[in-house]
Amino acid sequence: MPETGTPRTVADLALEVRSKNAGPFWVTMELFIRDSTGYDLVAGPGYLSAPVIARLYGVAAETIRIFRIPELNVVKISFPRPVAQGSLRDRDIHAGQHHVPLALYPLPEVF
Amino acid sequence: MTGSYLRNEEPVTHDSVRVLVPSGMLGSGFPPEIIERGLDLGADVIALDGGSTDSGPYYLGTGTAKTTAAAVSRDLRLLLRAAATARIPLIIGSCGTSGTDSGVDWVAAMTREILAEENLGLRVATIYSEQQATDLKKHLDQGRIHPLPPHGDLDLATLESCTHIVAMMGHEPIVEALAAGADVVLAGRATDTALAAALPLMAGLPAGPAWHAAKIVECGAQCTTDPRSSGVFATIDATGFTIEPLDPAVSCTPTSVAAHMLYETADPFSMREPAGTLMVADATYRALDDRRVRVEGSRFEPGPHTNKLEGARITGYETMSFTAIRDPHILGQITTWAQLLRRVTADRVTQTLGLSTDDYAFDIRLYGYNAVLEAIDPGTLPPREVGVMLLVSAADQQTATAIAKIANPLMLHLPTPDMDYLPSLAFPFSPAETERGAAYEFVLNHVVDVDSPTALFRINLLENTDA
Repeated sequence: MPETGTPRTVADLALEVRSKNAGPFWVTMELFIRDSTGYDLVAGPGYLSAPVIARLYGVAAETIRIFRIPELNVVKISFPRPVAQGSLRDRDIHAGQHHVPLALYPLPEVF
Repeated sequence: MTGSYLRNEEPVTHDSVRVLVPSGMLGSGFPPEIIERGLDLGADVIALDGGSTDSGPYYLGTGTAKTTAAAVSRDLRLLLRAAATARIPLIIGSCGTSGTDSGVDWVAAMTREILAEENLGLRVATIYSEQQATDLKKHLDQGRIHPLPPHGDLDLATLESCTHIVAMMGHEPIVEALAAGADVVLAGRATDTALAAALPLMAGLPAGPAWHAAKIVECGAQCTTDPRSSGVFATIDATGFTIEPLDPAVSCTPTSVAAHMLYETADPFSMREPAGTLMVADATYRALDDRRVRVEGSRFEPGPHTNKLEGARITGYETMSFTAIRDPHILGQITTWAQLLRRVTADRVTQTLGLSTDDYAFDIRLYGYNAVLEAIDPGTLPPREVGVMLLVSAADQQTATAIAKIANPLMLHLPTPDMDYLPSLAFPFSPAETERGAAYEFVLNHVVDVDSPTALFRINLLENTDA
């Protein structure tokens, strides 16, 4: 996460981007944005929409829940786990590395 | 709260209840000073979670613990001494990771041994939460079992396929055990929050602050400015709660506390408990000083009483093999190479064992390339080296291992299509195959309507071990 230079991805505006299981059947991720300016950009309508998340994660848009929490400069995203926890195809038991596609998502061209 | 809560006192209303949570999980370790500090602050109860589904279905499937006995016993000894010294209850939930009956018995056996060794006269209650498919069938037949998203309706075959099923208790069985005179409550599967909420609710404090405080403390210091530290302390009263870390070098801030409602929750504003729903959208978080935060405005809406079920079943038997590639020529075509490995392995399994791909499954993971995220990986850099994991699942262990052994010469020598010689790849182990035993999956995500919040649970007050 560069402290200087032009921010290019969501992670560049964030203190932390994380993901984790929310029970065995859901995954949830949070963007902790550094300040309200960055938050306004990331939380803006149409930027991190359900169709965008659906494309990043290969899940159905109608299953995605997005929470915008301006008091904390947080955007939180939850959706059913596409692969059952602990199954043969599950490569991330805690879903703890699934924040990366979101963290590396390019920012809108405003800088 | 003043005076002892033990010894069959009638529940009475108290001004406040102070809850000491030493860490996020029994067996994860905490410094002894954390407990001393919590007792000095006037703790009325020690509450601690003993489990989670977070590490996968294996622990429920087998009824075994993720934590090692030595670590659990070490934590237990410090907690039992503290409970005896301060004459306050100790509540541990989801014993043995998944809260099966075997998990409760495992922690209870350790507890009895420590109480005898330390000559501590504490009364122990165990609460069992394991369920039998035959009993749940009655609820299913009566239409009293409902799915939670994203699941559909439950069928009997799924229930009967589980090796273990547990129901998650709320605070009610724990309160019943305390009211019966227990000093130590060892509960099977319980909501993480029920442990810290039980005594405040028993004392007549409002449910909004009691459940909200319990949610904030359930992962120990996760709600502080340093999640690596240990221990938090919550004081619940008639209008809200106050939270502070037990490590004097660490702080709780309005942000660190409010942010904890996000942790491992699909919905950060409402949380279903067996007795109803905690609503925190209107809660306010205010710094009292540089270490303590005051939370007010949380509400609890009582709802029809339900208990959530968790169940795990065997999906097959797994064998794992692992090799590694450093040759830049193969790495330059790593996805082509992996497709070839997949296809040739499947062909040879058919030729040799006569199995079709319906009879078994395998996963090839390219660690160092895209193993973790695969299709959704945004990265594009060529890898410097790749670990190739082959994970085979079959109906029995021998077949899984036979398939891995058929893949073995390929994992040693498979060339890319444009190579006219056989490379030799880097196995880290001999033998290459590791048998993983039975593999499990979670299959239940359903709730049962119950007439009584204690109906699915068996409370057992053990003999006083007073020496």
